[in-house]
Amino acid sequence: MKDIISTAEKQFLLSVISNGKRLDGRDTYDYRKIRITFGTEKGCCEVQLGNTRVLAQTSCEVVKPSASRPSEGSLQINLELSPMASPSFEPGRMSSYGVELNRLLERSVRESKAVDTESLCIVVGEKVWQVRVDLHALNFDGNLLDCSSIAAIASLHHFRRPEVTVSGEEVTVHSLEDREPVALSIHHMPICITFAFFQEGKYLLVDPTGGEETVMDGCMVVCMNVHRELCTVQMTGSMLLLKDQLSRCCQIAVVKVSEITDVITTALENDAKARKEGKKFGFAESKVTSRITSSNIEKQTVPIKQHSEGDGDDSWDEMEEDQEEEEAGKMKRNGSNEMESNNMVNIDRPGVGTIGEGLQNTWVLPEEESEDEEKPSTVETGATKAAVPNHAASEMQRKHSARKGVKDEDSGSEEEETMIVSSETIQESKKPEPIVQQGEVLDLSLALKNPSSTGPAGQRKKGKGAGRKKQKMGPK
Amino acid sequence: MEESQIREISCEQSVLSKPDGSSDFSQGDSSVMVGVYGPADVKQNKEILDRATIEVIFKPKIGLPGVREKAMEKMISNTCQAIILTTMHPRSSITIVVQVVQDAGSLLSCCINAVCLALMDAGISMKCMVAAVSCAISEDGEVILDPTLKVAQVASSVMHFAFESKEKDVILSSTQGMCSPDQYLSCLASCQEASDKIFTFYRTSAERRFSKT
Repeated sequence: MKDIISTAEKQFLLSVISNGKRLDGRDTYDYRKIRITFGTEKGCCEVQLGNTRVLAQTSCEVVKPSASRPSEGSLQINLELSPMASPSFEPGRMSSYGVELNRLLERSVRESKAVDTESLCIVVGEKVWQVRVDLHALNFDGNLLDCSSIAAIASLHHFRRPEVTVSGEEVTVHSLEDREPVALSIHHMPICITFAFFQEGKYLLVDPTGGEETVMDGCMVVCMNVHRELCTVQMTGSMLLLKDQLSRCCQIAVVKVSEITDVITTALENDAKARKEGKKFGFAESKVTSRITSSNIEKQTVPIKQHSEGDGDDSWDEMEEDQEEEEAGKMKRNGSNEMESNNMVNIDRPGVGTIGEGLQNTWVLPEEESEDEEKPSTVETGATKAAVPNHAASEMQRKHSARKGVKDEDSGSEEEETMIVSSETIQESKKPEPIVQQGEVLDLSLALKNPSSTGPAGQRKKGKGAGRKKQKMGPK
Repeated sequence: MEESQIREISCEQSVLSKPDGSSDFSQGDSSVMVGVYGPADVKQNKEILDRATIEVIFKPKIGLPGVREKAMEKMISNTCQAIILTTMHPRSSITIVVQVVQDAGSLLSCCINAVCLALMDAGISMKCMVAAVSCAISEDGEVILDPTLKVAQVASSVMHFAFESKEKDVILSSTQGMCSPDQYLSCLASCQEASDKIFTFYRTSAERRFSKT
């Protein structure tokens, strides 16, 4: 899993280390800068150790205890090597490195009995709390273990579990608002300190970075609490150490652990103080805003657009119109059942071909619309005037009669209307008509080409009306 | 006219050293961290000959990813597919890792905004930018933008919309609960209005970042 590093870089790193120097300017025993920030939720914290970052969240749930330990709750620690931290970490699968880190954390926190699991018992053999610490590696730059162990213990300290009351056999878990949640009872703070060894243990470094970890021979992990009690010691890698070196490591660890414990307790106190005084807290509050890469804006007010006001885009207006038309159509359908078939014809345009001609459909032409828009007033006048032998007048007449037909639809006298239309148009049409029926149809089509209208919304309705008439004509 | 507020937005780019681009984005108390790797090598079985493979990994804060997380992954990945010029990098992968830091409502829109900022930071070529806004309709029909978790829990419906920066067209629409078409359109219009604020935020943050030489 380790990152591949070029030979030149490896040699350079080793030569720097053998000169007693480090690339980031630290001394041999120096730790990188530790920054602990707590979230608004209880038990949530993020730890930064230089560029290495780990996010921790503690949670709990009520479970049935194991049969072997009926009076003890359980503690689970789960470190996820997210691919965000490094491209070499694959999602889903736990690598051997991941297993190693998880096991070390379990040994240092769970098996050193840092958390009092007996206090997590609610009803013996029935209900216990299961505390779970989820650790997410956000960025990997060496020494993930130390960072995770700080995050885990800080998160456990910060966490508050809901209060529980037991009366008889009834167990009540109080919500966080209902009763003040309680802290976990934690005996001590085990903290892991990693030492990296180079050139067969000749050189030792505390808190190795990612680069240093790739060139090290092996490492030793000392887990200790502030009372100088060793919790876990582990040594891995291809190197042999003298017992003096081991004791020296432990002595360094004592100093480092007390330093880190101080950092954690101050961070916890600061957060508790901020919460108590009602100041702002959480990640959003602890963000550094002075950096050039960061920016923020205050709360902003946005007006809520009411759809019914009709101040939206054109497309929405169109939609509205469609809706209106639909509603109008519904109303009409309620009025007369025949409108039903009328609608159907309009939608089902291939059906138009059955009228008799079986030719190209010229019923709904785009030009009809423009004509309608041009002459809404002339239609009105035409309605009042008597028939004039003028061609334009006859056209008006046709329109008028067509409109009349539409108007009278509700009365249900379909045959009559169509007859009126056809008789008039037959008289006026100068074309020779071999078959009367065909002529009728033709003329009707002319008549329907110019359905008079009073407004754009009405166009559609009349068009539909025409469609229905057509169908009526078919069987004649 | 009624009004609603969107919470304070803050963002930091290039927060992580390993990924090619990263952002730490928060809207109110909701906070998300995103890391982007790419264009990089792609696994042979995921290779697409004429464009880049976009992989989104959504990490919940507690436990393992479930169905809800997979759905989020899919929605984010579809949104990214719409804006990233994938044909620029054939046979390569763009991996986007989204880590929830704090869920305090409007998580999906928070994630999409964070992803957009991380993609900008990584220098991935995009057709346009994307901004997401969530809104909720309360029991009495009031539209609330950028709802917190508490508001969203009692709301009759919650919606998430993502808009692109050029025409302000809708890229993503996700709704939960019931609402009338009028309410939906009203929410859409309001969110579109609010997305302008987020695009302005993108612009100011980019200007701030590149203001100094």
